[in-house]
Amino acid sequence: MIGPDGRLTSGNTGRLSRAPWWLLALALGGTVFAWRAMTSQVYADILARILSGLGVTLAVTAVAFPLAIALGLATSLGLVSPHPVRRNVATLYVQVARGVPVLVQIFIVAFVLVPLGVDALRWLGGGALSGLRASDVPMAARVVAALVCAYGAFEAETIRGGLTSLPRGQAEAARALGLSHRQALLHVLLPQTFRRILPTLGNDLISLLKDSSLVSVLGVRDITQEARLYASSTFRYTESLTLLALLYLALTLLLALGVKALEQRYRRHAS
Amino acid sequence: MPPNSPAIPSESPVALEARALVKRFGAVTAVDGISLEVRTGRVTAILGPSGSGKSTLLRCLNFLEVPDAGEVLFLGAPVRARDGALDALRSRVGMVFQQFNLFPHLLVWENVALAPRVARRLPAARARSLARDLLSRVGLADKADAHPSELSGGQQQRAAIARALAMEPAALLFDEPTSALDPELTGEVLSVMTALASEGMTMAVVTHEVSFARAVSHEVVFMDAGRVVERGTPSQVIDSPRNERTARFFAR
Repeated sequence: MIGPDGRLTSGNTGRLSRAPWWLLALALGGTVFAWRAMTSQVYADILARILSGLGVTLAVTAVAFPLAIALGLATSLGLVSPHPVRRNVATLYVQVARGVPVLVQIFIVAFVLVPLGVDALRWLGGGALSGLRASDVPMAARVVAALVCAYGAFEAETIRGGLTSLPRGQAEAARALGLSHRQALLHVLLPQTFRRILPTLGNDLISLLKDSSLVSVLGVRDITQEARLYASSTFRYTESLTLLALLYLALTLLLALGVKALEQRYRRHAS
Repeated sequence: MPPNSPAIPSESPVALEARALVKRFGAVTAVDGISLEVRTGRVTAILGPSGSGKSTLLRCLNFLEVPDAGEVLFLGAPVRARDGALDALRSRVGMVFQQFNLFPHLLVWENVALAPRVARRLPAARARSLARDLLSRVGLADKADAHPSELSGGQQQRAAIARALAMEPAALLFDEPTSALDPELTGEVLSVMTALASEGMTMAVVTHEVSFARAVSHEVVFMDAGRVVERGTPSQVIDSPRNERTARFFAR
């Protein structure tokens, strides 16, 4: 609501009304559940099993996100480029990668592009690479490649939006000082862009963490795959899936709080 | 000639020159075949009503607007829009904007030190001490470690002048430097500019401050509708204009 003073959130500023009650409620629920889990052998077994996949989930996210941002950054510079070839290649990639479901992209990368790429490498490399097989490329790597491809398009649009939202005077001042195109981007425009798009990047990171569960369709043993395997062999679907969901929730909450802290730090001087 | 400015021979060399510049925006011709000489060590004031093309002319001088026709010469050498000479021009011709355009993510001293460090490749320590020297020159030594958002408009503009001076420019362009300031803050910016002028800085100033132009400038150029209507010394153009349009403007 926009208050009478024009602020987006105004009115109650008392300590009680500003307290994060939602977090308290979640923590309470979590505590009750954790207590049950600790006192029940079944929950303890499930939790141990699911946690064995935590490394894979975190690794897939931690590798794919920086790569997606790097790809998005390069693509966003193409999107705003005056060069028609760069601009059109970048636009084509964004439209295609944004328009195909992530799951379909994972299948295409894993079962079409990787085998094709391996064939091409073998053909190009002659005898040196003749032993190379598509099965040498781990499924986890294929999924990471697909996630980078899918999320790179989102990041490209986010970064482009941030870049174009900066006042024109910033680029003018940088160029008028004798900074080159590259220097102006690196020292003036991109630092301000990243401060501005931080909330969106945080959203995308959370989204990516959740989409990392898609690796399970290729049999990669992340937390989702471990929960599914456990559930299907014991028929403990309720317990397994609840624990799985709570684990994702805990991870995304941690990320959200981290992003919020970063935002607070940059808020004052973000321009 | 202003009493407090150094005696400049009238034939002092031309620092920045525009020859028959034309700039169109769609159907509007903002700059309509203007020639202009900014001489070394002198202050050229560009006056005129809003929309007369003053700012566009100034922005054409360092190619923030690319002219549609005509030539810009820096120290006698022609400059083109895509050219190594353009970077040379820009690193040696400072610009001060109406909206200051300080970099909000950097501290005040970092704003000043950025271009020397990045474009001139000065060592960080030297760029930093240069920045502090320049900030104390514009009276902002105590604001060096502040963020631009913590400064008043007048202080921001003085910081922007220090930033422009950091590249040791051969000339400074001012695009309505006091138009975004209230009258109380205008004075502190104008006094910094007056001090620069008396030190012999080459300046081209687009402004609405008639009294500043009269007191500090060596030449006044009066523009209307994309053309130069009248030019001469401040006393000629401002106090005894020959052109009817000029007379009407200064009669207020």
